[in-house]
Amino acid sequence: MSNFVTTEKGPLIPRNRDAHPVAYDPGYKTSVSRSPNLPLLSMESSPSEETGPTFGHGKLGALDNNLILNWTKGAAPAVGERILMHGRVLDENARPVPNTLLEIWQANAGGRYRHKKDTYLAPLDPNFGGCGRTLTDENGYYQFLTVRPGAYPWPNRGNDWRPMHIHISVYGHSFGQRLITQMYFEGDPLINHCPIAATIKNRAQLDALVAPLDLAHSRPLDYLAYKFDIVLRGRRQSMFENKLEGM
Amino acid sequence: MVQKLDTLVETASQTAGPYVHIGLMPTYAGNAGYYDQEIGVSPIEDGCEGEIIEITGSVYDGTGWAMRDALIESWQPDAKGVFPGQEGADPKVSGHCRFAADAETGEFTLRTVKPGKVKGRGGVVSAPHISLWVVARGINIGLQTRIYFEDEDNASDPLLARIEQRPRVDTLIARKTGEGKYRFDIRLQGEGETVFLDI
Repeated sequence: MSNFVTTEKGPLIPRNRDAHPVAYDPGYKTSVSRSPNLPLLSMESSPSEETGPTFGHGKLGALDNNLILNWTKGAAPAVGERILMHGRVLDENARPVPNTLLEIWQANAGGRYRHKKDTYLAPLDPNFGGCGRTLTDENGYYQFLTVRPGAYPWPNRGNDWRPMHIHISVYGHSFGQRLITQMYFEGDPLINHCPIAATIKNRAQLDALVAPLDLAHSRPLDYLAYKFDIVLRGRRQSMFENKLEGM
Repeated sequence: MVQKLDTLVETASQTAGPYVHIGLMPTYAGNAGYYDQEIGVSPIEDGCEGEIIEITGSVYDGTGWAMRDALIESWQPDAKGVFPGQEGADPKVSGHCRFAADAETGEFTLRTVKPGKVKGRGGVVSAPHISLWVVARGINIGLQTRIYFEDEDNASDPLLARIEQRPRVDTLIARKTGEGKYRFDIRLQGEGETVFLDI
């Protein structure tokens, strides 16, 4: 057994479940049989949640955060509206989360995924794979160059369409911070018709998934920019946190 | 009006969706070679200390159907209960794995090293366990749970002790099916529903 003293930091701040989607939502049909009926078991975090995997730059390739070029290893660019997706990863204490892995995946400009199970009639782009990954820098900043994904229809109710979106997976520095979410685009009228977006009942929390057009960070004659900040769970940091044993 | 807090609100989760594999497990999704090195291929390297084990199971939805599209991540310490990154950790244990239900059978397998007991805050000792995080289409926020082992002493584990309905403890305990082999099924809903965690 380890004699390791858990951490100099306090436990993870308990998750505010009201900030998240509901598990069961009849509008999103697949959630009906995939949502637990019984309450979750709440507990203070332990080393299992307060530690987590780390990933060095050694695993990443030079084009991993460039989805316009990474599928063809730089040989030919993907079709679509060129965009810079960028922002910061912060924690609930508003501190940047440096050196954390972000992975994204998305449909191509026509709304088609390069996945064996996607059979939508929009064609694959031979120059687009649809995934990327990067590490945040020391200030928690990240960027991806990609194309704006198309909206697409999906089998749910009779005529449901996903708004344009990019899936994002983040680790943070501990397994209890693990998060997958989706970024939407400012002005997309489909957001208000999407049963998956609607699983978030707090409108401010849904609005926080909509990236604004960021002209100041666009590059003239090249790409538009969209800004997307991500907030992960934080740790309690009180000076009264680490009580001596027996006190 | 009152003063403003300095804290931020966590970003809302959204489902990982049906195509999560292209982002997290490109080879599984039919896109082998996308990245030079994939993340979470194995939690261990050859030569790590401890007992190598294989855990097999399925993720069942509320109708009893073994889901073909579930993706799971695991996180654990080494055989001595030391997490990667901590002092004295086994350098051949990364502790993190990604694995998916088989698209034909719905069955998953995790090959790893059996973790050791872990001492936490205040000296509280947890029985050996592996943390899991389950995502899929229809799961709006990743589901946390744990694998414990029936051939370990789980009597004083602080998490298992918190489960009021004692028969539900069994949903977190892997059954031994052979030498180094275990079965662990996850039931999202209904009879035998797995205890999911909010930690």
